Formats: sequence, C-alpha cells, structure tokens
Amino acid sequence: MKLLLPETVRDALAHMAGRDGVTTPIAGGTDLLVHWPVRLGERDRTYVDLWQLQELKPLRWTADALILGGLTTYWDVIRDRRAGDEFPLLVAAARQVGAIQIQARGTWAGNIVNASPAADGVPALMAYGAVVVLESQRGTEEVPLDGFYTGYKDMRRRPDQLIVAVRIPRRRYSYQTFAKVGSRRAQSIAKVGLAVTQSDDGWRVVAASMAPTIRRCPAIERLLQQGAVLRDSDDLLPAIARDVSPIDDVRSTAEYRRRVMARVLYDELRETCGWR
Amino acid sequence: MQRREGLAKLTGRERYVDDLPLENFLWGMTVRSPAPRGRITAVRFGNDVDWSEFVIVDHRDIPGPNEILLIERDQPVLAASHVRHVHEAVLLVAHPSREMARRAAQAVEIVVVPEPAALDFRVAPRPEQIQYAADNVLKQLKIEKGDVERALAHAPVVVEGAYETGAQEHVYLETQGMIAWLEEDVLVVKGSMQCPYYVLNALQHALGRDERRVRVIQAPTGGGFGGKEEYPSTIALHAALLALKARRPVKLVYDRSEDMAATTKRHPALVRHRTGLTEDGRLLAQDIEVILDGGAYVTLSPVVLSRGIIHAAGPYACDHVRIAGRAMFSNAVPFGAFRGFGAPQTLFACERHMDVIARTLRMDPVELRRKNLIRDGQRTATGQVIQDGTDRVAVLERALALSTFEEKRRAHTAFNAAQRSKRRGIGLATFYHGAGFTGGGEVHLNSRLRVAGLPDGRIEVLSANIEMGQGTLTVFTQIAAERLGVTPDDVVIGEPDTARVPNSGPTVASRTTMVVGHLIERAVDDLRTRVGLDDRARGSVVKDAIAHWYAAHPGGRLVGEAVYEPPPGISWDEQRYQGDAYGAFAWAAYVAEVEVDLRTCATRVIDFVAVQEVGKVINPTLARGQVQGGVVQGVGWALMEECKFKDGAMVNNQLTNYLIPTSDDVPPIRVAFVENPYPHGAQGAKGLGELPIDGPAPAILNAVAAATGTEPRAIPLTPERLMDLTR
Amino acid sequence: MSTVQVVFTLNGAAVSLDLDPAERLLDTLRYRLGLTGTKEGCGEGECGACTVYLDGLPVNSCLVPTYQVRGARVESVEAIAAERLGPFLAQGATQCGACTPGVVMTALWIGAHPELLETHTIRELMAGNLCRCTGYDGIVDAVSTALGHGEPPV
Repeated sequence: MKLLLPETVRDALAHMAGRDGVTTPIAGGTDLLVHWPVRLGERDRTYVDLWQLQELKPLRWTADALILGGLTTYWDVIRDRRAGDEFPLLVAAARQVGAIQIQARGTWAGNIVNASPAADGVPALMAYGAVVVLESQRGTEEVPLDGFYTGYKDMRRRPDQLIVAVRIPRRRYSYQTFAKVGSRRAQSIAKVGLAVTQSDDGWRVVAASMAPTIRRCPAIERLLQQGAVLRDSDDLLPAIARDVSPIDDVRSTAEYRRRVMARVLYDELRETCGWR
Repeated sequence: MQRREGLAKLTGRERYVDDLPLENFLWGMTVRSPAPRGRITAVRFGNDVDWSEFVIVDHRDIPGPNEILLIERDQPVLAASHVRHVHEAVLLVAHPSREMARRAAQAVEIVVVPEPAALDFRVAPRPEQIQYAADNVLKQLKIEKGDVERALAHAPVVVEGAYETGAQEHVYLETQGMIAWLEEDVLVVKGSMQCPYYVLNALQHALGRDERRVRVIQAPTGGGFGGKEEYPSTIALHAALLALKARRPVKLVYDRSEDMAATTKRHPALVRHRTGLTEDGRLLAQDIEVILDGGAYVTLSPVVLSRGIIHAAGPYACDHVRIAGRAMFSNAVPFGAFRGFGAPQTLFACERHMDVIARTLRMDPVELRRKNLIRDGQRTATGQVIQDGTDRVAVLERALALSTFEEKRRAHTAFNAAQRSKRRGIGLATFYHGAGFTGGGEVHLNSRLRVAGLPDGRIEVLSANIEMGQGTLTVFTQIAAERLGVTPDDVVIGEPDTARVPNSGPTVASRTTMVVGHLIERAVDDLRTRVGLDDRARGSVVKDAIAHWYAAHPGGRLVGEAVYEPPPGISWDEQRYQGDAYGAFAWAAYVAEVEVDLRTCATRVIDFVAVQEVGKVINPTLARGQVQGGVVQGVGWALMEECKFKDGAMVNNQLTNYLIPTSDDVPPIRVAFVENPYPHGAQGAKGLGELPIDGPAPAILNAVAAATGTEPRAIPLTPERLMDLTR
Repeated sequence: MSTVQVVFTLNGAAVSLDLDPAERLLDTLRYRLGLTGTKEGCGEGECGACTVYLDGLPVNSCLVPTYQVRGARVESVEAIAAERLGPFLAQGATQCGACTPGVVMTALWIGAHPELLETHTIRELMAGNLCRCTGYDGIVDAVSTALGHGEPPV
C-alpha cells in the first residue's frame, strides 16, 4: 500500500492531480477496510489520506444551507440538535447506518463516493436537494446529488476531484419521511430504502436498493405533483416499474422490493395525499 | 456464585488460542476445492510466489491413514484425487507472515474435472449422482410403536403437513483456531474445542502416533454451540501436519468468512407428518418422516438423525407411532453438530403441526396440548415409560399465566381489527429435550473423572469437559465445593489437557452438568473415603485430612475417581430403537408474541416467555443466561438466519449478509424454572444447554400464523417468504 | 515496503511505532503490542468485538488503519478498571467472553453519556456489539445498572 499523507486540502488535491496514477482517497475507512486482510489486490493501490484534514471535519450552518464538511461523520449530524429539527431525515438515516462504532467514523461524503445502491445517507441527502461540492486543482465544481450518479458505481467525479462539502439548502418542508427496510432492525443493509420530501420546490421521491444507483423516481413524483388519487398500493406499481429496476440478489428479491416499495410509499403518503 | 472466569473475560485478560504467546511460528492457510464434485487433475502453483519460502503440505504428507476418525472413516484429512464438496481442504501452506501465507494460498489453483453433483437432498438422486452406498442414504432409522396404518385408517380425522427448516450457522464469536508445536517428540495441539479426546483420537489415527506422543489442550473457547464438537479435529490435523513438516510451531486461525464457508452448519431438514385424531383432538396415530441433508461426508449425521427422530413425536402420549428417518448424502459442505442436534428440526415440525391440527379441528391449540401432553406412567414413541413426577401441564399453565396468554389473545383481536398494517399474534410450543447421550451412548462413552487432593488441602477437578461460555468452570466448582462443604476458592478446575485429565467424555448433548457433574460428586466421595472420612465429613475436616495425607505420604498423589454408571433400570435396544432413550428429559413450554408489519412482512418478537423444568437449578444466573441465549439463537433461526447456497456452499458467508439478532431485534426474554430434582444428576440437575433452541421457532411461527391467518411451514420465515404466503 | 511513523497515546501512555500503512489498528494492538483483549469477530465492522475508543468515541478497530491514529488518543479494554465491571459479572453479561471486551467498551461509553438515553434506547446503542451467548438481557441489565453516574469509562 502506498500512502500519501497531505496536511492540507491543497496538498491533497496536488496528490490527486499528480502523475502517480489514480489515487484512492480514504476517510473513515468503514467501507474500504471491510475484509481488508483478504483484499490483497486493493492493498497495492495508492491512497490519499483525508482523515487528518481538520478543515473538512466541521458541519456549518449558513443563512440558507447546512454545509457538511468532506469529513463530517454521521455521529456529528446525530449530535447536532439543529440538524434533528431542520433535517430529521438526515438524523433518521444516520441512526440506521451501522451502530455507533460506524456512525463515529463513517462520513457523508464517503457514503456518496462509495456509491452503493443501498447507501443509507445518500437517499436522505438527495431528498433534501443536496449539492456535491467537488474541488480539484482546476477549481470548484458543484453537482446536484440527483445528477451525480451516471451508472453502477459510476459518478461525476474525476479522479483528481475531492468532495470538500455537501450543501443542503434550507427549505420549508410540508412533508418528509425516511424508511429503511432491512432484514433486521439494527445494522442491516437496506433491501428497500426510501426518502420523500415535499417543499415549495415540489416532491422528491428517492429510492435505494431499487436500481444500480440511488435515484429519484420521476414518474412517482409526477403522480404526486398531479395530485393523483390512488386506491391502493398496486396503483403505484406502474410508476415504480418506470422509475426503478430492482434485482434478485443475496439479500432479497426484485418482486419483494417492488411490492414493499409500493406498500410503504402508499402507507406513508396516504394521509398527506388524501388516499384511502 | 458468580462466573468464575468472568472478570478475566470482562477485562480482556482471558487468552483464547489467537491470543496465546507463541514464538517463531508460522501462519497456516488452507487451499480448498472450487468444485462440488470432481477429479483433481492438477495443482498449479502461481509464478508470482517464491515457493521456497513456504511449507506446503498435501495428502502425501499424512503419516497414517488419510481419514478423519469419527463415526465412519470416509472423510479425508486432505483430498487426494477427488473432491466431494466446495471448500474441501486440498493443500496447506505456511509462512511466518500471515499476509504472505494468504497471498500464496490465493495463488494456488486446484484444477478439478467436474462430475455430476447431488445438490438437493429432498429429491431422489439420479444414478450418476450416487456417491454413497446404493442410494446416497447415509443412515436410515425407524421407530415403531403400535400399528400406525391401522390406527390411521380408523381415525376420524387425519391431518397432514410438511415442514422445512434451513441450515444455521453457529456464529460462535471466536472463530475456529488451533496451534500445534513439538515438545521433543511430543506433538502438542492447543485450541478452541469442545471435545479434547475427539481431537486426540483423530490425531493419533491419522498421524500414526500413540497417545504418549500426542497431547491436546483446550484453550479458552469463545462459544461452540456444537460447531466445535467435530470440526476441530480437522483444523487440528491441518495445524499438526504443517508443524510436523515445518518443525516449527504453526498457528491456523480462520477468519470469519473462511469459518462460515468451510465449517459445519445445522442440518437442513424436511419433516412430513400424517396424524390421526379423534374429533375432540386426542392423538391416535403419528406417522412421521424425517429427511436430513447430511452433506458430503457422514460426520455426525447418524446420531443427529437419531436424536431428531426420537424427539419427532413431541412430548405427547400416542399409542401408534411410526417415525422413519434418513440422512442423505449431498455434495454440500458437511452439516454437523449444532445445539439441539436434530431435535430442533423435528420439534419445529411437530409443534407447528400441532397448531395446524388445532386449526383444522377448530380447536384451541392450548387445549389440544393440554389434552395430549404425556402424563406419568405413559410411554414415549420408543416405549420409554415417563415416570419423573413432573407435571407437564403445570409447566404449560405457568407459561400461559406468565405470558397472560388469554388476555393477549383477546387484546390482539381488537388490535388487529383497529390496525391497518400491523398484526399481532401469540403462539405456543410445548416440548422436551433428552439430556446426555442417546440410548446406550453414555455407557459406551464410559466416562471417567478424577478429583485430586492438593497438599494444601484444596482439591483439583480433572475432567476433559470444557468451558465455552456455558458455565462449566463455575458449575463444577459449585458442585465440588458443595459436596465437600468447602469454599469455591478451595476448588481448582484443571486445564483440559489430555496429558493430565481422564476422558470424561465430550462437552456436548447437555450432559456436562447432569452426567459429568454427578461424576464429580462421586469422585469427591471417593477422595473423602481415601482419607478415611465418611460422607458426613465436610469443610476444614476434609481439608485437614487431605493435607495430613500428603504429610504422611511424601511423593504420593491422592486421587478420587468415578466412572459412569447408568441410572438403575435403564435399558435400550439399539436394533429395534426401543427402550429408554435418555436417562432424563427436560420439559418446557415457550410462548412468543409477535407483531407483523403487513407492508414489509417483517416479523418482530415483542414478548417471549420461557418456562422449563430442568431438575434443580444449580446457578440461577447462568441457567437464565443459557435460556435467554438459546431463545435468541432460536429467534434468529426462525426469522432471519438464512444460509444461501450455491453448489452446496454458503455464499453469504459474511456477518453483513448472514444476519443474527442484535440487541435491538429481541425483547427481554422472560425466564422461569419449575424445579423437580432428578436423583441421578448433580445436585438434582438435568441437562439444560440445548433445550432452549427447540422452542422458539415453532412458538414464533405459531404466533405469526395467529397474527396473519397464514400457515407458514418453513424457516427461516424471512419477509420474502411471508410475503409469498400473504399475497 | 515503506513504513509510516505513528505516534499516539494508548491507554494513557505515549507509543511510537513504524509500521506498514496497511496495518489495521486491531492488528497493531493484538500482534504488535500484545494487547489481546481486543478481539476480531468478523473483520467487517459488523460485530463490535474489536471496539476501542478513538478520541473518546467507540470505533471498530478492524476498520481503522493504524496510521490514522497519529496524534490521537486510543483506549482499549486493558485501560478499564476491574472495579467498574461488577454489574457485568452480577448480571451475567459475559458467557463465552469473545464479544465481551467490545461489549464492555460500548457499555461503559453509554454509561458515561446518560443523555443519550433521551434519544436512544440501550438496545439501539448496543446493537453494534453482536453476542451469541447471552441473548443480550444480561448485557442490557448490566448497562442499566451501571447507568446514571456519567463517569468517564477510563
């Protein structure tokens, strides 16, 4: 393992722009170090350590946004009372990422770049319209999280770019919910994940473990926007079929995922939307 | 008394095999078969490795027969020309660096020409899949009582059902591991295990060494649950072969993925019931078929099958019973011992079936059980007369009272009518578990135990029975101290080291407290006699007498001994499978309350009551802990623990994908004991360790059935499975 | 192989090591420093047997590269005073003991932060420590008994 130990973001970006080939940034290690001793191939890569970069740790509140640093952890958000008041889905999601031992080390930015279709933090961020702030020696680029992923584990981050912040606009939400369906209550990987918000900006419906990436569900959002009247959860299935493409895997089945998404979504939205 | 080694464990001072200091040693790694069945045509060593740095062992390095000694001798220590399951060990490598050993193991390719594998134990094998005897049947057993066909033909009601249970991984928190080294010409193997003498015998056999040249020591063991009954022989042999070739100490410790992939699991089972009853629910005939998946070698499947069929008819009185069982060969990683040993599978089927019967008869499942629970003087399926004075109906009533069963049933009706997406239900299981080895097993074991006096007046218990979390050290101390009237500090429990301790039998089958504990009492009595005292002598009188004995016998060694003797009047016919299957049964009634989320079909256990009669409870904290732990392991097996197989090997061999319950998945487990001392167990105790895994699965599924109106018949009842039933 | 120098505070004492940057904190503690109280249960951050404190928070040491503790404060189970463990013994919180050091670390951390129970249950906070023996009641009861004082764990 080749390790680069920058002391500032500037140095880190210089390493990432270097000609040593592609580097892997490492923060809390909660994804990268899983089964580490047997992942022999990955130990031969070059890593750029971020954990030391104090400037990326704190979360900040501005007049119009909550800004998570590139190293802000789940635990940082759980312990922030304002986050609980204004962005309850973030706290709800963070509490379902592993247990305290993972929450203390896992970062929101890491959750984004790990790009798991089953991520817990990403759906909540996406439902709040979060924007990914990428930095490189060439400058700063901002990408809305809902346009960040381009395919399974593919994203709009160049190898020389680092997520230095995640900006979450402060809006008034008239409705918000987060649901994670796993095979047990605590510390499990989502079989179906949902985050839904309604603000002046409209509806956002985000699904996890239902497609190669976490993604918004435009067909469902349209239904909600139009104020469609549904009679039962089956009425959501056509829109679900347009929006997502779940698979059978070691954790669940496509059929289960589709049905549960429909049922949970219907049940969660029933009162707000005036459905039966 | 508090757990004897508790503080060492809490402070992290207890040293398990991977924690032991070891100098100048090599790390061992295992290279395994990639295929479920086939002929090995080549073993290719990758070019990127300097192989001269490694110690490499294959089947040609085995000094004795290439056999792992157990019931049969069909399983090789290392595969020679053929493999019969994925992950079968073929080659061993060792290196001072663990990472280098790992890289080397990954660089070896075992080339296998595949042959047709048998991968579904439930269907009859095609000719080309036959690999054991004429029909792939590893073992077949039958129990017959009365005339089942005739009774079924005349029964007013016949209810049928088929029930399936899945494999279960032990998930002892400490993975399997062994270290091996040579002391002069003596091979010493130390590690995580339940049965030091099984390991000793296996080493002697395959290494061609007599017992003076092999020594096995149990290291503190971080959980076993049966998973460290027979498998440790394999890993001990592997470590030993490497150490013998390297002439250096070798450590072989599996990581979690390897442990889950390569070691044994609970036998998957299919159980069919055909039951004849009167209109008002009296059992007339039970016709039961039990099929187990044994996997690729015989291992312990015959005895798992035996315990399974003996328990299959449940704790009920019925005049006509036929139980036919068979364990099937398949090209799966061999299944093995797991807490309960076949009984959880058959009792799941029996108790789930009782509720199916009750619903068919439109009868209260509680009443059905009250009516049929075996009474003193009645006979089990093997013809054993139950005459222990336990009121089994009272055990049931206690569980009903503690769980407020009737009240909750009424409350659920209201709850379910008012709720949109939640359903609640309550369910029950009544069951039993035979303690100790089956039939003539204990006589055959001929367990021997010694208690040595020490020159300062203390005593040392010398037994091969081990502590793995279940409380052996504490309970043995209590038993010896109580018998002699001395303090726990006056009792030393010797390290299970085959060079020092006699063979008091394996630490399995809920036998340690009841059977071996009783040997301690008798060995202590023998010791007391040897210093010229009678059974009334206690406390300092005994200690002084021991010290005086040593003063009078310089260089001598004072030892009391006991050898197993069966309780009077016990008889067992191994041929006809008739007679007294066990010296004693523990009896229980468990109640589960569940809430099902109809949206996700997830089931949550919201209350659990476990009432049992286990003779005298020797240590209430430890006994309660055994029950709570067993129940939660049962909750996992019932609802979430699912081994997913491909080519007979587990593919979800990580704790992220094979989920066991966390603290947040279970409610407090409410435990109560009914005490009825058993005259032939230590202090009146019967076996307890396995009993608690028998009841949770059927109780929980009966509760789900009550909540949802479905009839789930297979576990684990994952949300995906329940969704299929509720749609 | 290039090594990295790591200076940190372990159980109150300064430690300085040169090591492979790929080394896990778990392995450093166990195999380099002989502190074998910290156990490996899964190597994937699921079971919590390897829990230690990193700057006062419980973390899975199997997921921490040792180089990242430069300048940090690490405490392992060896730092825990035996007198703190009475409730665990009395309530039957340990059986086989393999999960126990991790359980103790998380449990005492909860004990030091009673305010967490305004938002969390003990069972939720303990969910990162798998135990296969106790069924958790002994552990949860011990945490309840040890609560309310808010003393730091070490």
